[in-house]
Amino acid sequence: MVKAKSILIVGVGGQGTLLASKILTQGLMEMGFDVKMSEIHGMSQRGGSVSAHIRYGEKIYSPVISEGEADILISFEEMETYRWLNYLKPGTGIAIINNYRLPSAPVLTGQMDYPEDLIEEISEIANAVVVNARDIALELSFAKSMNIVLLGALIKIAGLDNMDWENIIRSIVPEKYLEGNLKAFAAGMHSVI
Amino acid sequence: MKQLMTGNEAIARGAYEAGIRFASAYPGTPSTEILENIALYKDDIVAEWAPNEKVALEAVVGYSIAGGRAIASMKQVGLNVAADPLFSFAYTGCNGSAVIVTADEPGIHSSQTEQDNRYYAKMAKLPMLEPTDSQQAKDMVIAACEISEKYRTPVIIRMTTRICHSKSIVELGSRREAPNKEYKKDIWQYTTMPAVSRKLRFELEERLKGLTRESNNSPFNDIEWNDKSIGIIANGIAYQYAKEVFGEEASYLRIGFSYPIPMELIKEFASRVDTLYVIEEVEPFLEEEIRAAGIACHGKDILPGIGELSPRIIEEKIKGVKKELLPTKPDKVTNRPPVLCAGCAHRAVFYELGKRKDLFISGDIGCYGLGALPPLNAMDTCICMGASVSAGHGAAKAFTEYDVKKHVVSVIGDSTFFHSGMTSLLNVIYNKSKTITLILDNRITGMTGHQDHPGTGYTAQGEESQEADIEKIVKALGVNHVRKINPLQLNELHEAIDTALETPEPSVIIARWPCALKKLSAKDKEEFGEYVKRYIVKKEQCIGCKKCIRTGCPALRFDKASKKTLIDPIMCNGCSLCAQVCPVDAIVLDQK
Repeated sequence: MVKAKSILIVGVGGQGTLLASKILTQGLMEMGFDVKMSEIHGMSQRGGSVSAHIRYGEKIYSPVISEGEADILISFEEMETYRWLNYLKPGTGIAIINNYRLPSAPVLTGQMDYPEDLIEEISEIANAVVVNARDIALELSFAKSMNIVLLGALIKIAGLDNMDWENIIRSIVPEKYLEGNLKAFAAGMHSVI
Repeated sequence: MKQLMTGNEAIARGAYEAGIRFASAYPGTPSTEILENIALYKDDIVAEWAPNEKVALEAVVGYSIAGGRAIASMKQVGLNVAADPLFSFAYTGCNGSAVIVTADEPGIHSSQTEQDNRYYAKMAKLPMLEPTDSQQAKDMVIAACEISEKYRTPVIIRMTTRICHSKSIVELGSRREAPNKEYKKDIWQYTTMPAVSRKLRFELEERLKGLTRESNNSPFNDIEWNDKSIGIIANGIAYQYAKEVFGEEASYLRIGFSYPIPMELIKEFASRVDTLYVIEEVEPFLEEEIRAAGIACHGKDILPGIGELSPRIIEEKIKGVKKELLPTKPDKVTNRPPVLCAGCAHRAVFYELGKRKDLFISGDIGCYGLGALPPLNAMDTCICMGASVSAGHGAAKAFTEYDVKKHVVSVIGDSTFFHSGMTSLLNVIYNKSKTITLILDNRITGMTGHQDHPGTGYTAQGEESQEADIEKIVKALGVNHVRKINPLQLNELHEAIDTALETPEPSVIIARWPCALKKLSAKDKEEFGEYVKRYIVKKEQCIGCKKCIRTGCPALRFDKASKKTLIDPIMCNGCSLCAQVCPVDAIVLDQK
């Protein structure tokens, strides 16, 4: 029996976490897993913190990941990694961090400071993999593909690369963004080899 | 064929497969995507956005009595609005099948209350189904139609956010067409005059007896026997959490047909397990009935009745297992409160209102509720759909009565105005309170993700329609002082508010500018033009006064090192508000 795995994707509203989780869950289903995914949208997501809980295995019950249960936490923004870090499984869990900062309103207006040492802080207590997704996306001249770069890194690290992901992306992403996204996906996979 | 679907998508699929021909709804998180997805079945189902939930349900009542299959969907507080027809419809019963979906929100992610709408089923005496995943959500629409037809009763399907917005695998079926029922005029069935209702009252109780037998034998109330030392009764998402935690260490009675409560089945299950747990989110709806039947159980004595449950809560409270978590430092986490988007025209309105003293700002439901938060701080109350105008009226009467120097401004969105603001404004005029009603007409239902409404000129299925004219409506209600302005012109806005404050009669200001995220329709483009400007800061000119920062625009950042404002070129939508408030003209249009 394949043990259930849990992947938590977090970021800020508008960063494309939903598209990444849609591609991932579609692929997992086609790989023959039972899959569940839970997300929250609405009022609290106007520029707020967003999360997509993804669970897969032979048989899945809860679509929600509990604190301390995520095998992988993949975060599109530094502070969001830290906010959700208590969801990561102590010991074996892996945090994939995009070293990219989106300061929130209290930081922008100068009421709070954005901590400078988050990545070091996280690396001290958890297994951390840092991905320069913004730089990779900018190199591809497609700044908005940061989410797909990160998805590529996630699939490599989760050991799910034994699957025709290009085909899945092709079935979900609109034609005019397809080439850029396929390149971003490959670059993301390559970034964590 | 299998497909990953959210609960909402599955309800829509169920409506299609069940042969439903008509759907009506008002948008509201977490229910919105039900109608959005039904609307995609253009050839088979007529899908409509109604101005409010009461209208939506009444349209379904009529469709059903006339002989067709229909579904209404709404968020939990939407059912409060639709409660009036709900209770009467329970009395008359239906002709063609009628399904009513309520989407509750344990955890209050995007609502005003955490009310448990299962009590509506009990109070209105209507059968209720509760899915535990997307497959069941789809199956239950089909079953609801069958129950509805067999017992001539509307059927409630009660969802929660985690069922609505979680995806799981669904096996698709084909559509089964259902012929319409013949409509026969029968005033002793379809008019709720007292003499008729007294007769229907008895029929309602008779119907409940049949439904109780149905519930005790329903495949949606199923027992899984494992170890009998622990027995778990659970519904909805709580069932999944319980299975996650206990696996085969416990036996389960899953409650999917939850009203009438299947007490015979519960008694049988309870008699064969050692310790019984009732696991349900929010209120002890099942538990209190089970206890009243004399069955010993644990429930809210150990589990919280506030907020969502989770596998972790169940594990901790019932098993006593407390897991180690990574040692993060909570004081290092900066908040990320929701904000009005960059370029949002509501920002200008609250910026102007926030500058004035002695205002009582009566708010309403929508993105503009965020006007209450810093740095705008421009709202006193936010109660429910439409309450801005009517509560504003009451507040104005009190301030006058007690001689308190406060002027009331009621702020309401376009969709909310159509929902229930019109009758409130009629009350302002009829009963003569000198409130200012500011209608934020952003040309769409914004917060729920852009649904058309009577003012946009398009229907849910994309057809052109008669555009409701807010200016004409408010004039017809009797408002003599009406101004229509562009809220992104601060001078115009400022002057309109000044004039309204000096007017000794009620007045209306219509602030008309499309939502910054709206995909402009052909009609919008004609009226507002394309909207692709960007603004930049001339660094040498910026004096670091932070006046622009106080608009709360998320595209602006104050750089502590240089003591100057920066504008994020990707986020800026070119609304020019920051440029208008800058005292030294340091913010200019990007000419590139």
